[in-house]
Amino acid sequence: MVATLDETPTVRTLSLRVPDWPGHLPGQHVDIRLTAPDGYTAQRGYSIATPANGERIDVTVERLEDGEVSPYLNGELVVGDQIELRGPIGGYFVWEPSRGGPVLLVAGGTGVVPLMAMVRERARRASTVPVRLLLSARTFADLVYRDELDRLAAADDGFSVTYALTRGAPAGWTGHRRRVDEAMLAEIAWPVEAGAQTFVCGSTPFVEAVTSGLVALGHPAASIRTERYGAAGAS
Amino acid sequence: MTSDPHYLDGNALGGLLGEVFAADLTTATATCAGCGSVAPVAVMHVYVDAPGAVGRCATCGIVHVRVVQSAERTWLDLRGIRALEMPRLPPPTSPPRP
Amino acid sequence: MAFVSPGFRGRRSEQRGGGLIPPGQHLVDDFPVLSAGPTPETPLDEWDFTVVDEAGATAARWTWDELRALPAEQPTVDIHCVTSWSKLGTAWEGVSVDTLLDDVETSADFAVAFCDGDYTTNLPLEDLIDGRAWVVWGYEGDPLEPEHGGPARLLVPHLYFWKSAKWLRGLRLTDEDEPGFWEGLGYHNYGDPWREQRYWGD
Repeated sequence: MVATLDETPTVRTLSLRVPDWPGHLPGQHVDIRLTAPDGYTAQRGYSIATPANGERIDVTVERLEDGEVSPYLNGELVVGDQIELRGPIGGYFVWEPSRGGPVLLVAGGTGVVPLMAMVRERARRASTVPVRLLLSARTFADLVYRDELDRLAAADDGFSVTYALTRGAPAGWTGHRRRVDEAMLAEIAWPVEAGAQTFVCGSTPFVEAVTSGLVALGHPAASIRTERYGAAGAS
Repeated sequence: MTSDPHYLDGNALGGLLGEVFAADLTTATATCAGCGSVAPVAVMHVYVDAPGAVGRCATCGIVHVRVVQSAERTWLDLRGIRALEMPRLPPPTSPPRP
Repeated sequence: MAFVSPGFRGRRSEQRGGGLIPPGQHLVDDFPVLSAGPTPETPLDEWDFTVVDEAGATAARWTWDELRALPAEQPTVDIHCVTSWSKLGTAWEGVSVDTLLDDVETSADFAVAFCDGDYTTNLPLEDLIDGRAWVVWGYEGDPLEPEHGGPARLLVPHLYFWKSAKWLRGLRLTDEDEPGFWEGLGYHNYGDPWREQRYWGD
């Protein structure tokens, strides 16, 4: 690990240098495995937050109180430490600008990580493919990458971001103040005729709710790709 | 099928299957041996909180794939998939002719 | 030397003195939920428990109310999961398998526990009798929750906990040993935690 960045009080980005890294597509993940001195191992998948950049990959990890792996990655690991990982994994939940659009990205909490790789790749290539991101989080402090997302949206007509807070908003908040529901999706999603590609990532209940909401609005199920992170709060 | 809060997508098996088959199977399409539906492996409902991993058909729920791994060995049962289809890799490029 | 992550211990709690745990196990404070599929939801008025003999005949059957009317015991046992966690002194309520097999005539040597959701596990019949196994519906004084196998599961604490089948619907007695869901794919056919019989060949 070559650098860390605390995105929120519980979320940290780890910058890793991986010798001979073959490159990856935005949306892919790595499996990270930890091994205790007595041989006990635990392994979890983490989405890559950055587009391909030589040997450098960033993963963003939320520290879960009862987590097996995340408290070590986001809490014990320090710059200079090594970890075991395999990847890149997953050719299905990927998007990069040559695949066209328009695109709808819907993220619950740290589900924003693989979608951020897509957003960053789009920005890096100065793509004009229209992309809308809906990011849901518990509180304002939990909005990972908020500064960068606001900057990218301000600078680019083709990219917009909408936020929804589910557990309380600061004074003057102009975003949504409730869980993502069909009405909110109806406002933000592209018209069905636009034939948008949709990527949804977050806890399994979040992904289920968003997917069924979009399908109820008429979006074909085959146009929606999902990455579930398990039960809410699970690593 | 009941709705359960704890299953993942076939992406979650990507690393394990990739290790066994030296290929990304998540984009391969699987024909269900039970209901005949065809979908990418990535769409399977995957249960990893078990003595092994189990991937189930997203349409009918039957078991597509079971995997057990000890420290040294992998056991794999793919009988729930009647057919698996994936693109072939391009042949290695030959050196330019003189 | 194999790769080691310095300082990594995982979620394992400190080993407590006193209770013995089998090799390769560690104690946990919670009760992990392991599942190979969605949680079944059979309504109790449609639920039954059957014993099928080696000829395929229904040798005994109880509805939910009939099962609950049987003499109940409150075994307190240690349980050991093959994924390496153990819990000591877990308290259950249920009926002994000896009671369920009281009126069953059989010469079978083996049994297959079958469940909602198609899970199966196999055991020698002698590991289910003589006070070694129960069909339980209560855990720690409360009704067994669906995620932990409710309404009723098998409890066979002397073997790895994958043999304590959740969402149990009956026992099928067999002349031949028939490997179940995990026994057919790498997990040990018998599963004695004290001899660390986790996988084929152990």
